[in-house]
Amino acid sequence: MSLEKAPSASPASSGQAPRILRIVLPIAVLAGGIALWEYAIWRYQIQPYVLPAPSLIFRTLVTDWRVLFDSLITTLITTLEGFAAAAIGGIGLALLFNQSKLLEYSLFPYAVILQVTPVIAIAPLLLIYLPQTTAVVVCAWIVAFFPVLSNTTLGLNSVDRNLAGLFQLYGASRLQTLRYLKLPAALPFILGGLRIAGGLSLIGAVVAEIAAGSAGAGSGLAYRIAESGYRLNIPRMFAALLLLSVAGIVIYGLLALISHLVLRRWHESALGKES
Amino acid sequence: MTAPDASSDLETGMTGLAVRLRRATKIYDTGVAALGPFDLDVRRGEFISLLGPSGCGKSTALRLIAGLGAPTSGTVEVWHRPVDVRGTHSIGFVFQEPTLMPWASVWENVRLPLKLSRMPAAQADTRIGEALAQVGLSDFSESYPRELSGGMKMRVSLARALVTDPDILLMDEPFAALDETTRFRLNNDLLALWRNLRKTVIFVTHSVFESVYLSQRVIMMTARPGRIGAEFRIDAPEPRGEEFRTSAEYAGFCRTVSQALAPSYQVQAGA
Repeated sequence: MSLEKAPSASPASSGQAPRILRIVLPIAVLAGGIALWEYAIWRYQIQPYVLPAPSLIFRTLVTDWRVLFDSLITTLITTLEGFAAAAIGGIGLALLFNQSKLLEYSLFPYAVILQVTPVIAIAPLLLIYLPQTTAVVVCAWIVAFFPVLSNTTLGLNSVDRNLAGLFQLYGASRLQTLRYLKLPAALPFILGGLRIAGGLSLIGAVVAEIAAGSAGAGSGLAYRIAESGYRLNIPRMFAALLLLSVAGIVIYGLLALISHLVLRRWHESALGKES
Repeated sequence: MTAPDASSDLETGMTGLAVRLRRATKIYDTGVAALGPFDLDVRRGEFISLLGPSGCGKSTALRLIAGLGAPTSGTVEVWHRPVDVRGTHSIGFVFQEPTLMPWASVWENVRLPLKLSRMPAAQADTRIGEALAQVGLSDFSESYPRELSGGMKMRVSLARALVTDPDILLMDEPFAALDETTRFRLNNDLLALWRNLRKTVIFVTHSVFESVYLSQRVIMMTARPGRIGAEFRIDAPEPRGEEFRTSAEYAGFCRTVSQALAPSYQVQAGA
């Protein structure tokens, strides 16, 4: 009896309640945290240059909106350029590797080296050799392209063996096999790689802006944070940080949404549990 | 209706050999001797089964005939010509799994062989429609594989194999993973298709009952490396249907084949 009951009982009890809780709980934590923060500032009379109250951060966000918004756009453009370069470079390189093993053996180790060397250490060098706007994009590209490359490679290699045999049986050309078999099969992997790359290219952009620091003419959000830090304008630092974080969330959300829309007809990851 | 013609053709032997293997062997890179030496003659329009335990090289033989690999030694001929490892269009292949593209609709899956051979769309559409009708899936062309049952997926796989109108149909344990009711129904549908379309069918299975029910000839293979252990003609009247499955005659054939199979699995159990 207990054996029969167990499977039907557990999904019911853990299936309905958490659905609401998973939305309500994080919001409650956020609200509680902000309230506690605000209260602590007021209770202990903490100065804004030590720790600004949430209300002050919000006010700064409104009063400094023009400056911050321009910076946000600058950073987003860098991120987008880095992301696009990473997507094209990563997928393109993976396709080349897939067509030629020799090329893969020759180049893949260097892709790994580029990946494991901390970008924050590469950024100052890039800033010496490249114009700043280019250097920032290259930084974003360096951090973001590897997950696209490795995921796409994995995807292209995980084609069903029998399906590949079928393509061979019907005399498919290399290009046909790539277009009708390998790319569609790799699509979920590619989208997974892009989702990681989205967040990483933002990190790359930020790292490069920080490294460029006061030397550059840049006006991205990370530059604002560094600049505000020098001026002890702590509320603005927090406001810029908040914007960066929101930008990261939006980028991730958008890519997740795209991935879901593309895969929803067929891929397990995009299917509901009921099917 | 066409069945009597087919069997009389076979008796006179006028229609020639569809498939011919001579001392064909396959040794994989890992050193595993999977097949042979293996001799096989399949006449045009014949339905034969390759029967044997798992890993006896049945699938290997099928893959050689399909050109999905070259024999290590010996010859493999289809229509009296050596099999080219590059694709042969007059062959349809059905795998043990449905092997469908999950990202494509039923229609697109069946269309694949025609798309790869760049057949004009209008002509292809007619063919796809026919193939889907033959397997009874006309209403499901817009469905995706995940929305279909195991039996239906297998039907799609069969339609895809039929869409090029191949002379030879190679089937690698196609119904092994299905429940018995579905398998029986697909057996009957396959027999009906064979009678109507007069394809040459080589059917790999590990089920004595399935091989006897379907084929005109059962070729029993020994354990690895696969060779011919015994051969049985199933001289049962055509067309066969459910009444054949429950007949004493069917039971008799099954008993004969099972008895012949017994030594091979006893040897295997001892090894």
